[in-house]
Amino acid sequence: MKTRILGVVALAAVIAATFVALVVVPPDQNQGDAQRIMYPHVASAWLAYLSFGVTALAGIGWLWKRDLRFDAVAVSGAEIGVMFTAFAIWGGMMWGRPVWGVFWQWEDPRLTTTALLLALYVGYLLLRRLTDDPERRATRAAIVGLVAAVDIPIVHFSVEWWRGLHQTATIASPDRVLNPAAPMAFVGTLLGMLAAFTLAWAYLMVRRYQLARRELEREERGRIERIVEARSNPVPSEALR
Amino acid sequence: MSTLASDTRVALAIARKDALAELRGRHATVSTLFFAAVVLLLFGFALGPDSARLAAAAPGLLWLAVVFAGVLAVNRLHLLETDDGALEQLALYPVARRAIYAGKALAGFAAMLLLGLLVLGAVGVLFAVDIAGAWLPLLATVVLGALGVAAVGTFYAGVTVRLRAREVMLPLLMLPVLAPLLLGAVKATSAALAGDPFGELGAWLQLLVAFDVIMVVAGAATYGFLLED
Repeated sequence: MKTRILGVVALAAVIAATFVALVVVPPDQNQGDAQRIMYPHVASAWLAYLSFGVTALAGIGWLWKRDLRFDAVAVSGAEIGVMFTAFAIWGGMMWGRPVWGVFWQWEDPRLTTTALLLALYVGYLLLRRLTDDPERRATRAAIVGLVAAVDIPIVHFSVEWWRGLHQTATIASPDRVLNPAAPMAFVGTLLGMLAAFTLAWAYLMVRRYQLARRELEREERGRIERIVEARSNPVPSEALR
Repeated sequence: MSTLASDTRVALAIARKDALAELRGRHATVSTLFFAAVVLLLFGFALGPDSARLAAAAPGLLWLAVVFAGVLAVNRLHLLETDDGALEQLALYPVARRAIYAGKALAGFAAMLLLGLLVLGAVGVLFAVDIAGAWLPLLATVVLGALGVAAVGTFYAGVTVRLRAREVMLPLLMLPVLAPLLLGAVKATSAALAGDPFGELGAWLQLLVAFDVIMVVAGAATYGFLLED
């Protein structure tokens, strides 16, 4: 029931923030209506990083305490993080096409970093699917998630540098709008969108966590059933060979 | 005996074992080298025959060939351990896990260094770039790049070696993590080949050093969890 209330509140907040971003706040003078994409785009990017941070911390929790609930948190973070990362990239491309003239801009370090982020965590999720034993899966996932989290700052730093050393074009970036000097309406809308998306994120995390716990229970039940079945129908030793 | 000395001894023994197995069988080196050569040849077909364009792309092609072949090399090194439950035996030895990681990574480093130097030579010949003129910075780049690929590859090969789909999963997990290394190594190689006109070579080598150190520490710290499961 509490979760459902959270879900309704989050949905209402996202609808309200979307309405403000689309209708209430004025369009950017240079970029026009395309700039409105920035609000959900920045919010998703922030939640992607938050999710992967949660996954890394939950991984440490598993390795330390050996409690599968940590692993349930880790998988929730990774899946929801991948979703928000994909959404952030998609939003960035939709924004880039009218503003830059291209969907993909190699000069933008954030776009390329985020694409690698997506690759890292899709790999993480695939690895999870390939391991059947829950504890082994939790361990492998935890250390792969940790190394991925360690890699993210190096990727960001190196890509930033890569562009910086031979910069040719200066392009308008979402930072400018985020600048405190920007009109308060923009900043306020962005903060409202961040809050709404974070509520939605919290709801999704809780739901995914509950689902992960149930998946674990089902796996456990399946294993117990197989053992009971094996005991009640003893297989002739010939057949075991 | 101090921990460092005993760790070093264990690591060297494991690396020596891998080197001996490789010298007797020569499965990994020969196939990996030919794979890298084929990759270079196909790059030539894909981008050629304009020789100026090939020379400009040479640093990128060099490192893509090294990284792709590196995936195969580290995979082979770990496949050695799956025969006859050797990995379980290795895990049962009463030695520090980080020493086992160091030994496997050292063997991987030796293989990658050999591979990197030979591919560098092949790039010099095939794409007509002057590698003799800048041999010292190029050597440094190859050493640091080989170490990084071995450090990351040993860790991920340890993760994937017991999976059914390891041929797909190893590159899928390993290549995105290697992106900063690819970037730094390619930039360092092009800077070295151009005579470092902007004085950026040192910065890229530092990036490679930082990447190597971080990945070796991360691998050594977490490899033990892999052996336990």
